[in-house]
Amino acid sequence: MRLGSGTFAACCVVIEVLGVALFLRGFFPTPVRSSARTEHQAEPPAPEPSAGASSNWTKLPPPLFRKVVIMLIDGLRDDFVFGSKGVKFMPYTTYLVEKGASHSFVAEAKLPTVTMPRIKALMTGSLPGFIDVVRNLNSPALLEDNVITQAKAAGKRIIFYGDETWVKLFPRHFVEYDGTTSFFVSDYTEVDDNVTRHLDKVLKRGDWDVLILHYLGLDHIGHVSGPSSPLIGHKLREMDSILMKIHTSLLSEERETLVPNLLVLCGDHGMSETGGHGASSVEELNTALILISSAFERKPGDIRRPKHVQQTDLAATLAIGLGLPIPGNSVGSLLFPTVEGRPVREQLRFLHLNAVQLSKLLQENVPSYTKEPGFEQFKMSERLHGNWIRLYLEENNSEVLFNLGAKVRRQYLDALRTLSLSLSRQVAQYDIYSMLVGTVMVLEVLALLLLSIPQALSSEAELEVPLWSPVFSLLFYLMFLVLSALHVIVCTSTESSCYFCGLSWLTAGGVMALISALLCAVGSALAKMFADGKFLSKNPAHPKARWSELDVLILLGTTGHVLSLGASSFIEEEHQTWYFLINTLCLALCHEIYRNCFLRDDCEPQQCSHVEEGFVSPAPALQDRSIRCNMLEPHRVSKGPTSLDTLRGYEKWMVLASPWVILTCCRLLRSLNQTGVQWAHRPDLGHWLTSSDHKAELSVLAALSLILIFALVQRRCSLTSKVAMALGLLGVYCYRAAIGNVLFPWQRDSKDISKGVIEARFVHVFVLGILFTGTKDLLKSQVIAADFTIKTVGLWEIYSGLVLLAALLFRPHNLPVLVFSLFIQTIMTKFIWKPLRHDAAEITIMHYWFGQAFFYFQGNSNSIATVDVSAGFVGLDTYMEVPAMFLTAFATFAGPVLWASHLVSFLSSETSGSALGHACFCYALICSFPVSAYIILVTSLRYHLFIWSVFSPKLLYEGMHILITAAICAFFTAMDQTNTKS
Amino acid sequence: MDPALFRSSLSVWPSFLLVSAPVLFDYASQRVPRCSHSPWIASQENTMKDTDIKRLLYTHLLCIFSIILSIFIPSFFLENFSILETHLTWLCICSVFVTAVNLLLYLVVKPNASSKRSSLSYKVTRFLKCCIYFLMSCFFFHVIFVLYGAPLIELVLETFLFAVILSTFTTVPCLCLLGPNIKAWLRVFSRNGVTSIWENSLQITTISSFIGTWLGAFPIPLDWERPWQVWPISCTLGATFGYVAGLVISPLWIYWNRKQLTYKNH
Repeated sequence: MRLGSGTFAACCVVIEVLGVALFLRGFFPTPVRSSARTEHQAEPPAPEPSAGASSNWTKLPPPLFRKVVIMLIDGLRDDFVFGSKGVKFMPYTTYLVEKGASHSFVAEAKLPTVTMPRIKALMTGSLPGFIDVVRNLNSPALLEDNVITQAKAAGKRIIFYGDETWVKLFPRHFVEYDGTTSFFVSDYTEVDDNVTRHLDKVLKRGDWDVLILHYLGLDHIGHVSGPSSPLIGHKLREMDSILMKIHTSLLSEERETLVPNLLVLCGDHGMSETGGHGASSVEELNTALILISSAFERKPGDIRRPKHVQQTDLAATLAIGLGLPIPGNSVGSLLFPTVEGRPVREQLRFLHLNAVQLSKLLQENVPSYTKEPGFEQFKMSERLHGNWIRLYLEENNSEVLFNLGAKVRRQYLDALRTLSLSLSRQVAQYDIYSMLVGTVMVLEVLALLLLSIPQALSSEAELEVPLWSPVFSLLFYLMFLVLSALHVIVCTSTESSCYFCGLSWLTAGGVMALISALLCAVGSALAKMFADGKFLSKNPAHPKARWSELDVLILLGTTGHVLSLGASSFIEEEHQTWYFLINTLCLALCHEIYRNCFLRDDCEPQQCSHVEEGFVSPAPALQDRSIRCNMLEPHRVSKGPTSLDTLRGYEKWMVLASPWVILTCCRLLRSLNQTGVQWAHRPDLGHWLTSSDHKAELSVLAALSLILIFALVQRRCSLTSKVAMALGLLGVYCYRAAIGNVLFPWQRDSKDISKGVIEARFVHVFVLGILFTGTKDLLKSQVIAADFTIKTVGLWEIYSGLVLLAALLFRPHNLPVLVFSLFIQTIMTKFIWKPLRHDAAEITIMHYWFGQAFFYFQGNSNSIATVDVSAGFVGLDTYMEVPAMFLTAFATFAGPVLWASHLVSFLSSETSGSALGHACFCYALICSFPVSAYIILVTSLRYHLFIWSVFSPKLLYEGMHILITAAICAFFTAMDQTNTKS
Repeated sequence: MDPALFRSSLSVWPSFLLVSAPVLFDYASQRVPRCSHSPWIASQENTMKDTDIKRLLYTHLLCIFSIILSIFIPSFFLENFSILETHLTWLCICSVFVTAVNLLLYLVVKPNASSKRSSLSYKVTRFLKCCIYFLMSCFFFHVIFVLYGAPLIELVLETFLFAVILSTFTTVPCLCLLGPNIKAWLRVFSRNGVTSIWENSLQITTISSFIGTWLGAFPIPLDWERPWQVWPISCTLGATFGYVAGLVISPLWIYWNRKQLTYKNH
């Protein structure tokens, strides 16, 4: 079967996406769980241990508190309460922490520090897997054993106000609820007012047992303007007053009922210095946790420092406090200070219940649990506990009893700590089989791509894909049989859950057939290459391929980048790698330009003048590559002969200066957004601009950037899209002004902040309009075969539509990134690629490198925290999953996407013939190379310390990147098809 | 000062004399005419090449030796001298040493003594021009480092001294060998442009210094928190290693490829 290089590459990338998806499914494990889930309620609680003597206390202890109010403030970092900010803005809370009847803790959240997994951790006490980040946006109902379900089963009436995630996690659990969506990040007053407005009514009523409030405003402020914003102070003061209101109301009620209530103030995760969350910095992990109840009374002078505990400990504590069984999957240990005031027998009973639950979980998840130190400690303390009970029942000497009780308590606490630690350390098993199948698919595709380089980059850009003949060969059937047999053996022998085995037999068979077909294809390509190699070595006339310095750099840079992915620091600081590479690329281009110009001047002045004259003459030193000998037809730049003289001098100087201009632009962009980990705290222009004192500067910069974007984009558009572009960019400014990022010159104070839905939709209409015009032009060019310019204009219009969309989605301080991207593209096109006549492969790889660098110039990094979620809700009134996902993905990957679409429009306007096919092939190859290598690296590093914090987010980014590459390659192929037809 | 260090530096001295004596002798006695247009006897060409390579090797050993000396000699005079802690001092000293050795070798060896005019004023202007070129190259490198991401305002002295040492390793030999002549520089650093083994070795050492510097930037993002990861120590060390490697490699490479290398003379 003969295929064009582009089509072939696109098919390869699609298969690769399948492989990566399978790998990801296997890599992100479902965490190990207690098997007793549904029957847990039926299970009787563990009786009190008693050595010999008979204890009659087999029921669960009664609840300690009558009512429980959980006030969860999203993003409540520990120092917002216990630090200087807390003292300043939360006076009532500070009073409670320092002098009141309360226990305060610094609760450490586990990765990933995103809301939904944290809610699960708080309510189940278990550790949700990393994949919960991905599921964060559409949370399915929580089926695990948790405190809320237990409370509902025990007949407690629960009321919830706040983040909608809870309603989705616990459907039909609340007798009354009001969910607010957390997706309008720029709104930080209404989300909280929606919660508080119910408060007065509810507090007066007495018909509930548990009240849960989830306040989102603080986290939203963090996302929008960071933890040092003055808005944080206002929000904390508001939260403090709400806390006071709840507390006084609970106290007044207690005076009547004389049973203590519990008020829990906690955060789900912290907030990094840049305001995001999701990663593992200390600021993101440490949250405040305060338990307030009149039962925790303390003597004056009793200073309680906030102790460091785990976030998962809250579930067990809540369960004990409400008199419920502890959730089965909880790995937390009871926060002992909460039961300190109870009699010793009760204290020991609570500790015993918790230890029994933890040891049961340990037994189910660790085969050699008897050797665990925690289990031994538990057994010993249980024995001692039994002795204590006997002494207690015999009503022995109080002195002895007290001492023994203290000892048992200490033993239990030690055992709990050890058990909890060894359980949290239990990493879930990877689904190796699915991972392996995915890896094999990806590697086979990569091998196929590598083997077909010479053919695919030949001048006709077509290659013989040996797919059909091997399908009917013996090897294929043998492979297929062997693989199927292996599949059956693996799936019947493993006990652990395996995603690939869970697929239907037909699907699995299809995958097996695909793998064996790919293997046959690789084999036949290999055989062919050997045959060709022999032929070529016999043929001495074949010239040796010579590589220019640029090719060597490209090869070394790609290899170096792939190798650097093995080190966690290089992943965290990947932006440095790309900045370094594009700088070196610019210097190499500079060297090439200078050599071409000056040396030609020196020895062959005739030729040099030719080079300047629209750069028609071929540069022989650069073109003598036999592998990449594609015949780029020179597309002559038409120039008026009258202005040739002046233009020549000016153009020459521009050519000489262009690498330096590009380098300067890159340096400016680098200081716009500090990303990564090590230097992320350094001051950068972006923070300076977004701080509220510099709103005027930001407005000027945004306006200037929008004007420049128009100036750079409009030159090749048709008149209609020019007008649409101008109006669209105006709309972008209006949108930013409406949501309060920038100011209009006539508007002095920002009083009314709206969601800007109308303005954003206005821009969306223009984006769609421009894209539609572009598509129409492309279709027209297909009909009218000869018209080449229409197609160029159409592609440029599609490109400019994407630019407009990016301008809408980018934060205002990031608009210069877009301007510089357009500017660099213009300069490179005019003064470097055209004059130096690079071939399609080189141009593609340069585009890819710059695209990657711009991904980081935007402020992205390899941690989940830097994904700008607010971009997904521009112009949307309610949360709609598909558009929100699309917009977020586009805003995040805008750099690579824009550079790739520029590549398409540049290549199809400047060259003809096979260039697009070559470009598509190169793009597919250069994108799939890091992915394949990274999959192998991650598999081998799966027990690395930083696997969750560094390697997994990067894996998700790589998966997303290959998906986007597939889309880009499909676009390339479509363009290539129209090209060949016309 | 550390006695062990003292002993080791003492033991280095005789070897220095051992190396330098034949070099100086070599240059003083055998001044083989280089520009022979008539290739009548191939063997003479070969011997010329061999002696040239030998001279090249000796000069390079001297350069390496000067770098080693710059590590050990200052500890006689300065308290608490070490490469990492008093890095800037070492940079200055190393730069001075290497420049001095290069100048000395240039005066003694005169690899291309082809300047016809040799009036004093000409020499003085040439020297001044060289100085200006050197300064310019320092500023040029400084700008490039900033473009590569070096801090613009902080650590200016560190960055500049790094530029100075890199200029010492690259620009100074070029100035010694080629003079202040940009065209010749461009010729030497493009493919197939070299005309003698001296230029060839210059090409190799310069490029390897650059590559060393380039590679020296790699460890900076790693979170090992070592003293040598501080800007610009890893890069200067990379440059030094690159330069030394170039000095070692170039005579060997030229010797290895002496059959294939043919230089067209001007």
